[in-house]
This record gives sequence, C-alpha cells and structure tokens, in this order.
Amino acid sequence: MDITWYLVLSAFIFAIGLAGVIARRNPLVVLLCLELMLNAGNLALVAFARMHGSEAGQVFALVVMVIAACEVVIGLGIIVAMYRNKLPIDIDEMSELRG
Amino acid sequence: MWFEDIIFFLAAIGALAGALGVVILQNPFYSVLSLVGHLLGLAVLFLLLNAEFVAAAQVVVYAGAVMVLYLFVVAYIGGTDEPLRPESGPMSVLGPLFALALAVELCIAFISSGLKALDSTGADISQAGGTDGFGSPGAIGELLLTDYLLPFEAASFLLLMAAVGAVVLARRRRGLEDEDARPPRRRDDTPPTETLEVRV
Repeated sequence: MDITWYLVLSAFIFAIGLAGVIARRNPLVVLLCLELMLNAGNLALVAFARMHGSEAGQVFALVVMVIAACEVVIGLGIIVAMYRNKLPIDIDEMSELRG
Repeated sequence: MWFEDIIFFLAAIGALAGALGVVILQNPFYSVLSLVGHLLGLAVLFLLLNAEFVAAAQVVVYAGAVMVLYLFVVAYIGGTDEPLRPESGPMSVLGPLFALALAVELCIAFISSGLKALDSTGADISQAGGTDGFGSPGAIGELLLTDYLLPFEAASFLLLMAAVGAVVLARRRRGLEDEDARPPRRRDDTPPTETLEVRV
C-alpha cells in the first residue's frame, strides 16, 4: 500500500479522537480519546519510518507509547482522587484543578 | 500484492470502527473494549509497515496492560452508576464539525503533497536493520542503546515520575472527608502523613 493511505487513515483517527475530546464530558472517555490521538501520531511516525527505510521513527513511536502510558496513569489517578473526594465525574466541573 | 491490500483495508476498517466506537458508545466500559479493538487493528497496520517490535509492544503493553488498568478504574468508578448529564450543548455539535474540517484539511495536505515517496510503498529495506531485518527487536534495541540512549533514559525516568505521581494522587488521604464519618482507626494503622494534601 502507498504510504499516503496510512497517513490519511492516521488523519481520520486523529480527527475522531479530537471530536471525542471536544464533545465528550466523561473524563474517562476524554482520556481514551487522547489515546486515540496519540495512536494516530504513532501510525504516522511508523509510516514515515517505512517511507524513509529507517527505524528512527519506530523508536519515536515507542517513546510516544511511554508518554501515553504516563498520561493514562496520571489521568486515572486524578479521576480516582475525584471519586474519593465525591466530586462529580464530569469534565466541566473540573475547573478548580489546583493543589 | 493484493493480499496486503486486503489486510490493510480490513485492519483500517477495524481501527476506524474501534475509534468511532470509543467516541460514540455511552458506557465507558464498552469504550475501553472498543479501544482494545482499535489498538489490535493498529498493530496489524504496524506489521504491514514492517514494524514488528512496535506491533508486539502495542499488543502486549498497550492493549494488554494499559487497557486492563483502564478497565479496573472503570469498574472502580462504577461506569454508569451516576448518569452524566446528557451530552448536549454547543460543543457536541461544534466538536465533530471542527474535527471533520481538520480531517479534510489533513487529507488535502497529504494527498496533494509533492513528496514522491508518499506515493510509493516505501524505501528499499531489504538491506536495512542489520542482520535481523528492518524493525526487528535487535535493530530497535541497538538504536535505543546507541543513537537514542538519552531519550531512552529520559523515558524511563518519566515512567518513574508518573508511577510515584499516581501513587501520591490516588492514595487514601485525609482530604475533604468529614473526620467524624470515618471509621475509627485501628491500632496497627500507621498515622497518615501530613506532608502532602492534594485537593482536586
């Protein structure tokens, strides 16, 4: 397949994730949509690595996966803290995120 | 190579359907399961792009470990116990429109790009990647420990910080709760530390 197909697919996945981040209110789903956007970036990185015939892009993709795991852990920690403090699990109510 | 084309379209449809399911499904539990399907589709695409190690890491680490963490939290929070307010308002209309505009713009940029290499199946990789081949664990590991040693160490340090941060954020603490409503502490409990209080 041409590399263009992979890039167009990654553009669509990124746009779907963006729509979810903007439109959804549940912070769990917003985190999932952030994952979608990071994965779209990963797909583009791996496609470009294939285009250039160099593995550097795949190394970047692995680093992006590390970043995504960190983001998941911190985000889920915040959500669990919200739940423990009996705050509403709603992204619009999270306007006072200060220590 | 019609066989690869068929695999590509099947995996692409799976990945797109999984992504749409994440956004559309109302129950977060099903959203997580949909994301697992999306990740598996992406892993197949990575295999088609000769990124074997990334595909394996995607399946084992991402679809395996990270998504299990998600499922635990969704089960802990209780998913649909407290129904959220209906997803309405201007953002639920503007968001998809904005995303559609972005997708169209990106597609125009990619398709009308002057890069000749985009319209090929990629560079010749028959000699790349040393003895193990392009995208093999050996080739990736050699890059990680030679050219990209600093990002590798930085990533490990970032993981450590995230783990410590998550423990600090999610541990039981004396926060906003009413002290009288708490059960009396047993004798063998260690007194809570007063050093940090994170209010969310």
